[in-house]
Amino acid sequence: MTASSAPGFADRLRAFYLRSDAAKGYALLSPVMITMVVLLAAPLVMLILYSFWTQSGLSVDTTLTTARYQEVLGKQSYHDIFWRTIGTSSLVTLVTVGLAYPMAYYVAFGVKKYKFVWLILLTIPFWTSYLLRAFSWKVILGFNGVINSGLISAGLITEPLEFLLYNQSAVVITLAHAYAAFAILPIYVSLEKIDRTLLEAAADLGDSAWARFWRITFPLSLPGVLGAAVLIFVPTTGDYVTPQLVGGPTGQMIAYSIQVLFLKINDWPLGAALAMSAMAAVGILVVLFVTAMQLAVRQIR
Amino acid sequence: MTKPIRAAKRMGDPGGLLGLFAIAYLLFLYIPVLFLPVFSFNDSIFVAFPLKGFTTKWYEQAFADDDMLRALTASLQVGAVASIVATILGLLGAKAVTRYQMPGQSLVTGTIMLPLFIPEIILGIALLILINALSIPLSLFSIAIGHIMLCTPFAMAVLTSRLDGFDKSLEEASMDLGETPWMTFWRVTFPLVLPGIVSSMLLSFIVSFDEFLLSFFLQGQQPTLPVFIWSQLRFPNKLPSVLALGAVILIVSCLLVVLAEWVRQLGTDERKVGVA
Repeated sequence: MTASSAPGFADRLRAFYLRSDAAKGYALLSPVMITMVVLLAAPLVMLILYSFWTQSGLSVDTTLTTARYQEVLGKQSYHDIFWRTIGTSSLVTLVTVGLAYPMAYYVAFGVKKYKFVWLILLTIPFWTSYLLRAFSWKVILGFNGVINSGLISAGLITEPLEFLLYNQSAVVITLAHAYAAFAILPIYVSLEKIDRTLLEAAADLGDSAWARFWRITFPLSLPGVLGAAVLIFVPTTGDYVTPQLVGGPTGQMIAYSIQVLFLKINDWPLGAALAMSAMAAVGILVVLFVTAMQLAVRQIR
Repeated sequence: MTKPIRAAKRMGDPGGLLGLFAIAYLLFLYIPVLFLPVFSFNDSIFVAFPLKGFTTKWYEQAFADDDMLRALTASLQVGAVASIVATILGLLGAKAVTRYQMPGQSLVTGTIMLPLFIPEIILGIALLILINALSIPLSLFSIAIGHIMLCTPFAMAVLTSRLDGFDKSLEEASMDLGETPWMTFWRVTFPLVLPGIVSSMLLSFIVSFDEFLLSFFLQGQQPTLPVFIWSQLRFPNKLPSVLALGAVILIVSCLLVVLAEWVRQLGTDERKVGVA
């Protein structure tokens, strides 16, 4: 197989390749690496570049300028929609994690057999069409929707409840439903990892069930809770579908403004600057939040 | 010996109230989705109680729509391309990270998983800029490019977990017995990894088939099915046939996910199932 003759450069390269694990590994890894560099890293870099350019008519002036950022920062409506986005995403994160924690706790500690069945049941909705799930909430919460028509035909109300759809709470409910799996899995993993003998020791030393939970289980599960919170907060700040379907005018989020700049107004540099500003602000908020939580945890311990 | 372990296992047992909560949570997850199939058989243009009567006409209407069928074909094509390419990329990548030790490995895998942590709107506009810079016309091809980027992390994750416990001595034995690397891959590695490959293709396909926002940004003349559905939502009289279509999509995706999970478990030792 390896009948090498004259030890040329190619052969030495080949010998090096066969000896080196790292070289072989990177050779195998290169197709996926190149793909992700071309389809992910390069576009993100170009997005950053665009945010320093200027739209002039149909073409783009590539002189670097921070004017787009000044424009974004100077416009009150962008501030308003950004903070509304942060508020909505925070609420979604709080609700989703709050509901998911007991659920994950139940699977980790309460379920003895068929844990994997529970886990699969909890993750199946995550794989089904997000668009359709958001759409079903629109159908449920609508003016003539499932809840209103159900309550009316049950004789409980006479007029449809208008507060159900087209506001922030509709967005929060729909997103909390959509992101359930993102919360349950990390929390479940962190709960499952907890050494059960710690709880036993605490029980032997006289701690009550509540004390055991607050002093052992909860602090040890916090990494999972933090992970879940970030995993929900960051993607929901960029959500487009749900605010469009159920948000109405008061439930609008930042992704809508970005979409309008890119697909309707065709001012890509301004859209890029808005997207980058929002991402940067979200990033800073996440770092602050995680640091604060870690400090708090250190206080508890 | 067994007694203390059992006692330790019972620690933190939540009791019945939490069981009730868990059931309520499952209902919260599933009931909203179930309204689509329920109302898709309702003989009324309005999605409202009380139910009027049973009909299959919305299904007939949905599947008689040529635009819908073209969008369905488009989604199937994009899904096929994206799932095959993502799985090939994921297979090579997963093989690399599970078989070899490399410096900077976690950085590379971190980058590959990055799309899962970036808001999709950012991925959408970034890809739009790329497609524009490369002068690729907006079409199903540009949508497929976006979907490949989105599906690759899923494929990589599924295949890495599948290859993680892979016994490399099997490959070495085959090589020692005189098989070429290619035949070794074909006769030893491939059959062992096959469930992972099938599972990765199925899950990538579902991710691509259900993907809306990237397709929305990268679409040309021909929409994919989710983009088509989005355009139909503006017309109240189209609602029932969208419900019928949605019901079919939801049920097919559920079946595919269960199938993918089942295939993924195939051939992995029973230990995992026992523990889980």
